[in-house]
Amino acid sequence: MSFGTAGAPEKYQGLPGGPYTPPTGDRGSKILAPLRGEGARGVWIAVVSTVVFFTALGLAVVNSSGWPAIKEAFFDPQVFWDSLGKILEKFWRNIFIFVVAEVFVLMLALLLAVMRSLAGPVFTPLRILAAVYTDLFRALPTILVILLLGFGAPSLQIKGVPHSDIFWAIVALVLVYSAYVAEVYRAGIQSVHPSQVASARALGLSRRKTLRFVVIPQAVRRVLPPLLNDFIGLQKDSALVAVIGYTEALRQAQIVSAAEFDFTPYVALALVYIVITIPEARFVDWLVARDQRRRQAAGGV
Amino acid sequence: MPETAALRVEGLQKSFDRLAVLRGIDLEVGEHEVVCLIGASGSGKSTFLRCINLLEPINAGRIFIEGEEITARGVDVNRIRQRVGIVFQAFNLFPHMSVMRNVTLAPIEALGFSRSEAEALASDLLGRFGLADKSREYPDRLSGGQQQRVAIVRALAMKPDVMLLDEVTSALDPELVAEVLNVIRELAAGGMTMVIATHEMGFARDIANRVCFLDEGVILEQGPPERIFSEPQEERTQRFLQSIIEAGRM
Repeated sequence: MSFGTAGAPEKYQGLPGGPYTPPTGDRGSKILAPLRGEGARGVWIAVVSTVVFFTALGLAVVNSSGWPAIKEAFFDPQVFWDSLGKILEKFWRNIFIFVVAEVFVLMLALLLAVMRSLAGPVFTPLRILAAVYTDLFRALPTILVILLLGFGAPSLQIKGVPHSDIFWAIVALVLVYSAYVAEVYRAGIQSVHPSQVASARALGLSRRKTLRFVVIPQAVRRVLPPLLNDFIGLQKDSALVAVIGYTEALRQAQIVSAAEFDFTPYVALALVYIVITIPEARFVDWLVARDQRRRQAAGGV
Repeated sequence: MPETAALRVEGLQKSFDRLAVLRGIDLEVGEHEVVCLIGASGSGKSTFLRCINLLEPINAGRIFIEGEEITARGVDVNRIRQRVGIVFQAFNLFPHMSVMRNVTLAPIEALGFSRSEAEALASDLLGRFGLADKSREYPDRLSGGQQQRVAIVRALAMKPDVMLLDEVTSALDPELVAEVLNVIRELAAGGMTMVIATHEMGFARDIANRVCFLDEGVILEQGPPERIFSEPQEERTQRFLQSIIEAGRM
């Protein structure tokens, strides 16, 4: 269509390419988007070419000379099903680790980000503290912090502090990830226009309430996708706790693998990670899209 | 002039780094008075309004609201701001909140109103300004004129003694200006004390008790609108008004 339709808002009438469509909140995959407007024939071509391509690729792999050896070492069905149960049993420990860590990360990081964005000369020490913290913990390899605290802290035998290695491993993850997430929050806070703060303060809201009701809610909405990114990172890094000898899913996979002389348990664990991560990404896409839908006009402009 | 002015400003000075924007402003606004500030862009109108609300720290001078000095040391700034409403050119509504929440946030969180009290007050005000059916909408779904009316209602919900309006129609499409000006007329008729920075000369002439011409950080000339617009004394005022007429804005 080369001209606006009668139903389009007046200022977009007569624009080439039809009425203006505001960008939607859809951040999902655009792989299938070029098919739009291709008609039934285009869709058929897409389906057939896809099926042919992937069948050929699959056959090429399966018929290659090395395939039987690969299959036995990585994709042994018997080992797969035997190890999966054991791995899942221990994966609950990973879930516990990353969920507990994430809760504390989200709180500590927000505190750090707020400290760093406080204005005024009085708050200089807090700003310095927050800046040094983020610099420090972003510089350190996560595995080093886990080793340092997981082995180091219990050996101190400090009274009133837990001596369990897993407690300290979680502390290490919280310390490291808070540094990253604090930067994400800070970017969000800085992206809220100063006029929003001005109008909240002008209404007589205190600094604190302005932050709580006006700045942080807007900041968090904007940084949901990068927050999820860091959450997935944390989820994966829960496997690092294996280095202090704690039997979580990765360590379990390693044990089964060693016993069976087969790498299939690792593949099983890899699948578990993939299966839980993908729905999380779609969930955040959905959250972001819902927020935009709610705020923007339903019927065009 | 009554013994206690609603707003009194003495020798107000404000600079940004080395740039002196306000170079000593004196102004007294009586109860129920409407004062319009006119002047070229950069003459200091917006800065002046922001200083009255203490949104900008001032370099020198004193400001009194209802006789109470708000520039004194140790004054609770939040409490002062609750008594002085300000509406901005760019509306500045909170985009993540419904209209109702935009209006009730400050009464609840700053004045300690209960939710039901605040919502009753907000519904009343929204109804008065033709926004009754918009209370559940989000700002993005409203026209500019509606957004600006919500911003005015939001400021009014704090029951301020003085309202400051900073070029509230400048960001609006021409066809939406009238609905906002009508709201302001209604406020004036209701006796609200207001200081209005505006480029709408016809409106200023119509609504103001007094017009002040700001030029290079001082009030160069002030008086009743008939006199300022018909027989300005100062050469700069004449030149400013001439340029407005040439631009077809009056």
